Amino acid sequence: MSAEVTQRQLVIEGAGCASCVGKIEAALKQTPGVQNAEMNFADRTVLVSGTADSQLLVQAVESVGYNAKPFEDKPDTDVVDEKEAADRTYYKKLMRDTFIALSLGIPLMTYSIVVDEMTVETNVERLLWLAVGLLTLGVMFFSGRHFYIGAWKSFKNHSANMDTLIALGTGTAWFYSMLVVLVPEAVPLMARHVYFEATAMIIGLIDLGLALELKARGKTSEAIKRLIGLQAKTATVIRDNKEVQVAIEQVLFNDVIKVRPGEKVPVDGVVVEGHTSIDESMLTGEPMPVEKSHDDEVVAGTLNKSGMFLFKATRVGKDTALAQIIAMVKRAQNSKPPIGRLADVISAYFVPVVMIISVLSALAWLNFGPEPALAFAIVSATTVLIIACPCALGLATPMSVMVGVGKAAEAGVLIRNGEALQTASKISVMILDKTGTITEGTPKVTDIILANFSDEKTVLQLAASLENGSEHPLAMAIVESAHDQGIELLKTEEFNAITGMGVEGRCEGKALLFGNSKLMASKGVGIGNYSEKAQTLAKDAKTPMYFAVDGQLAAIIAVADPIKPDSVSAIKRLQANDIRVIMLTGDNKETAAAVAKKAAISEFFAEVLPEDKANKVHELQQQREVVGMTGDGINDAPALALADVGFAIGTGTDVAIESADITLMRGSLHGLADAIAVSKATLRNIKQNLFGAFIYNVAGIPFAAGVLYPFFGVLLSPVIAGAAMAFSSLTVVSNANRLRLFKAKDH
Amino acid sequence: MIINIVGLTGIALIIWWFWLYKPDQTVTESNEILIEVKNGVYSPASIQVNANQSVTLKFLRKDESPCSEVLLIPSLDISEQLTLNEVTPIHLENVPQGEHTFHCQMQMYRGVLTVV
Repeated sequence: MSAEVTQRQLVIEGAGCASCVGKIEAALKQTPGVQNAEMNFADRTVLVSGTADSQLLVQAVESVGYNAKPFEDKPDTDVVDEKEAADRTYYKKLMRDTFIALSLGIPLMTYSIVVDEMTVETNVERLLWLAVGLLTLGVMFFSGRHFYIGAWKSFKNHSANMDTLIALGTGTAWFYSMLVVLVPEAVPLMARHVYFEATAMIIGLIDLGLALELKARGKTSEAIKRLIGLQAKTATVIRDNKEVQVAIEQVLFNDVIKVRPGEKVPVDGVVVEGHTSIDESMLTGEPMPVEKSHDDEVVAGTLNKSGMFLFKATRVGKDTALAQIIAMVKRAQNSKPPIGRLADVISAYFVPVVMIISVLSALAWLNFGPEPALAFAIVSATTVLIIACPCALGLATPMSVMVGVGKAAEAGVLIRNGEALQTASKISVMILDKTGTITEGTPKVTDIILANFSDEKTVLQLAASLENGSEHPLAMAIVESAHDQGIELLKTEEFNAITGMGVEGRCEGKALLFGNSKLMASKGVGIGNYSEKAQTLAKDAKTPMYFAVDGQLAAIIAVADPIKPDSVSAIKRLQANDIRVIMLTGDNKETAAAVAKKAAISEFFAEVLPEDKANKVHELQQQREVVGMTGDGINDAPALALADVGFAIGTGTDVAIESADITLMRGSLHGLADAIAVSKATLRNIKQNLFGAFIYNVAGIPFAAGVLYPFFGVLLSPVIAGAAMAFSSLTVVSNANRLRLFKAKDH
Repeated sequence: MIINIVGLTGIALIIWWFWLYKPDQTVTESNEILIEVKNGVYSPASIQVNANQSVTLKFLRKDESPCSEVLLIPSLDISEQLTLNEVTPIHLENVPQGEHTFHCQMQMYRGVLTVV
């Protein structure tokens, strides 16, 4: 390839002083192929002209100690705006073409219906029809040129498409008509009929169909437009102690950004100053604003509700969670589920097959048809070419997937591809991990039963002080509970963790023990009938622990991981859709049984190790079940990967986007039921579209060829075929658009 | 009789031209190849590259039709939206040997990347 002189823009990172400008410019200017380099220090960009490619330029900047990245990607919002503008222009052009073609086609067709005779018998008629033929040629040039150019280019490329069929159909009608006008003696008297109205009407109707389809297509991508619309266009960056308003794509890693109330968070980052509440509902579906202060993460696209704050950018450009979500939804929208593969195979062979049928149809009329056989042959061949619609077949699957995946994204469900969408609609068994999926995943202190101690607060203070610093989830729950109650923790000494039993230590001169019954027994602490109370707690899905002070049982402290408020209703939704719900957990049987009972799950497996979860999935698959597995995406990775559809539960925006087939952006299990409902609705829609497109072509082509003529004397007009063809693909797109009205929550 | 021979010859030509004929491939050793999307076709539509050669397919969409908007390479799990009048680069590395068809959603625009 020849190297062209182009202008490339780089975004520079790490340029903190004005003297850097000279260094960077000099390094770039010394690079082979660079003609000029000018840096804008205010927005940290450099404009380079020449033939050097971006990679070479980045290397040059890096060689003098700075980081650079090419600034070539437009923000998605600009791309959407440009696409909409281009679509509007194309729509106007198609409507203009339609108007021109129908301005000739409608009067001609009206004449043919009223007079019922478009024959060429006298010289005057020949002259008149010649004028009409030339006008039709004008229509073909102005309104149908794109079909003929497309057909010719495809032909040269040894391929055939919709343009080929339209160009052949309208071209055949026009050439035959001109033959009748110019050399009438070459055609039998009875066959001296012209079809200029067919040519003009077909071009007009198909242009109209394309224009309406363009409008309808715009609606199919509304969901992605809404996601893209969440992105801010500019950010207020603090550089050299000054606020600088920069375009979003110029925000750099580690930039400090100011966000005022009512503004969107422009990129992902960590709060370094200020306190605020942020509405994350657009990404997570969680309606309550989330409080954010120092060290808390904020994500691009969310809305700052109250205070002003500063944050440091940690992920910019294409790396933000929102950008990744948009990219994933776009990718999934364009992917095809296996159900569309047959249509793909047919599409690949469709047009040449139709051309062959058209020739065979003409031959059949010429050999066996009544007089004027030639006219019948021309009409049937033309009509076959025009009525066949590869577009309806080709659009059937992608249009529905586009709307379905978008619909799921609106419900906080990210579907990775078309295959996941299709399989999700067939799930017969759903395996749910307990911790973090059915439950909150963060244990909390639920009960403190006092024994030889009268003050609950002091018990919690001593227990939390002993457990402070431990990373065990149960210990963390106790410390958290003390924090929540505003209890100050005390200093502990002689701390000792006793494996499999608990911990011991001293605090304010008191000997403390905290752990299970084995620990109490080994240290000679009597628990008496408190063991029964502990068992009652265990049966209620709680984990009881004994706390002893100076050799005497002080209290039982119970910790539990509460079930999410809407888990039960979501599980019931799955069961109502004939899905067998199974719970897997590493917990003991008592806790598992208690949680399963509360969650309305009749089948569960307790004390399951992570690797055994995958075995369980495999076992069910061997029973010919289509298995969905839902987990947090980390411990459950092998089972998620093995399942027919792996669902990862994202907590808020911390989504493991690439880890599963389907990612639920919010923690609620209703996302599962929503995902399955949307998948089923989308598959139903695809089947309707495919069925319609197949039936249309399978019935339409023989009808156009004239199979009904021997029985009923009916032969389809090419104009009717043109209208049917134009509106068949519009019907497919419109049916896909019906999915936009689907409400997953009702299913 | 003659008309039947003409018709059957026409059918034979259709089969040969669209299915049996193998068009010349654009063989490239460059790391970049510009593919124009215009008038219903990709041009060039048939590209041959060497295995282990990283290549960037740069699609320049000049066709206003929405059909040309989406480019799919199913065997490589790639789907890209092509912006009108702009180049959309698709960088490929370690592409498996064989034929990789690229096409629009409706398979009306078709091309093939052959890795040898």
